[in-house]
Amino acid sequence: MTWETVIGLEIHVQLATKTKIFSGASTAFGAEPNTQACAVDLGLPGVLPVVNEEAINKAIMFGLGIDAEINKVNVFERKNYFYPDLPKGYQTTQLEKPIVGAGNVEITLKDGSTKTVRIHHAHLEEDAGKSLHEDYHGMSGIDLNRAGTPLIEIVTEPDMRNAEEAVAFAKKLHSIVTTLGICDGDMSQGSMRFDVNVSVRLKGQEELGTRTETKNLNSFKFMEAAILKEVERQIDLIEDDGKVIQETRLYNGDTGEARSMRSKEEANDYRYFPCPDLLPVVIEDSRLERLRSQLPEMPDAKKARFVSDFDLSEVDAEILSGDQATAAFFEAAAKTSGDAKLASNWVLGEVSKSLNASNIEIAESPVSADMLAGLIARIKDNTISGKIAKQVFEALWNGEGKDADEVIEKKGLKQVTDTGAIEAMIDEVLTANAQQVENYRAAPPEKRGKMIGFFVGQAMKASKGKANPGMVNQILKKKLDS
Amino acid sequence: MAIDASEIQKVAHLARLSIDDSQVENTANTISRILELVDQMQTVNTDNVEPMAHPLDATQRLREDVVSEENNREQLQSCAPAVEDGLFLVPKVIE
Repeated sequence: MTWETVIGLEIHVQLATKTKIFSGASTAFGAEPNTQACAVDLGLPGVLPVVNEEAINKAIMFGLGIDAEINKVNVFERKNYFYPDLPKGYQTTQLEKPIVGAGNVEITLKDGSTKTVRIHHAHLEEDAGKSLHEDYHGMSGIDLNRAGTPLIEIVTEPDMRNAEEAVAFAKKLHSIVTTLGICDGDMSQGSMRFDVNVSVRLKGQEELGTRTETKNLNSFKFMEAAILKEVERQIDLIEDDGKVIQETRLYNGDTGEARSMRSKEEANDYRYFPCPDLLPVVIEDSRLERLRSQLPEMPDAKKARFVSDFDLSEVDAEILSGDQATAAFFEAAAKTSGDAKLASNWVLGEVSKSLNASNIEIAESPVSADMLAGLIARIKDNTISGKIAKQVFEALWNGEGKDADEVIEKKGLKQVTDTGAIEAMIDEVLTANAQQVENYRAAPPEKRGKMIGFFVGQAMKASKGKANPGMVNQILKKKLDS
Repeated sequence: MAIDASEIQKVAHLARLSIDDSQVENTANTISRILELVDQMQTVNTDNVEPMAHPLDATQRLREDVVSEENNREQLQSCAPAVEDGLFLVPKVIE
């Protein structure tokens, strides 16, 4: 039997506002517990919410960024349930009239093919607080700093067919929201959290299988692993004459274990209704137009421009345009050095490798785009070879100079083209290897070609790779054959 | 539309309201009468009426994104039954 996987995602994106969605309390990360939870966030009696304009703007920006419909009249509703990290007893969210309607996101897969994932809608809502389950005398601790942080929840259609597509979509969405500047994209701090709906069906079958939802995945790696594991579990279950039950599941990225959290049969009845404390939000055309005029270049457009302006391959352009900071770094290095191909190779090569090894972001790179451009310029004008350039890069990375020229000067890495200097070096090599010189001169001419390689090697080594190899060859021949 | 005792108990549980067993029947009758009024309203023709999300014909005012609240933890936690390390303590939550 051939099985087909069907995946839909719900993504919570934390909007990068200074204050909460309904109160003027700060949203800064890492504050002491409950120091950023005001009376509104705590749901104390008599408080009233006031909507944060910036949360509305950022939600609209997302809609415009994926070319979705914007609902000009959108309504907040109450989703009623009891949990200690939700002190009001309801989450203020949107249901019937979400701010962002249907849209599309295009993804590129590893084989270069593209696919469109439909967005069903995206709505605004508030985040809940955090429960700490360490033992407080048999009780749980509640930190409400996060309560009221603005989120958009993005809901896709079940358009993805395997883990690779789901991860490609997640990465694309990350790229879109960070390019728009509506989210800091820091997944380790929970700025983007993915809920994955997975079901399987026989290939060719129209009807969808029963789905499960794995909640709160906060890395691409965990998401991929959780999907693969869940697909395998469902197929095994059905092939053993079992049945998938609709349920919420948890995946522990550290242990790789998944378990059932609660089944939908005992699911909550949330009794949504329009929030009487909030009036409908009306978005004027002037606001839409102003925000549209502020839209940055989106990743798809940037990629197309990199291919056409810089003649990059689709795959290289996709990676370079995916992250705002990487794209800016590449573009600056390409423009300043005047060689986009070399800039692309270096950013995707040495720069990425060094960033990964040091586990830092490109914004913190000790080698700036300008420094890289300076290095590329020295490769282009033959001051140094590509091999020496790697040494210079490493020195720059380790802070051994302010630019390539200083490192080249200080370490004496400039390619040697001075005949006198090369002759002197060769004389030393010949003196130190008198026996080999004798052997060479005794050998018949047809064997000498091979034997000269030894002397070239010694001379290059003596020059630490800096001598011009063509000149070394020429001078050696002259001296040995005379 | 009538509502029966079991539904009253379910809704009460969802709203975390405690309704004494002896009161369930009476509550069901009262709420059924309210729902009858709703049924009566449902018979009005509303074909050309735009549904309202709020009784006031007004739109939401928006607030500038500026921090206006200071840390007021001590005072806000003064009415909490149990607090430790700045956290509110609640009966253990197990998922």
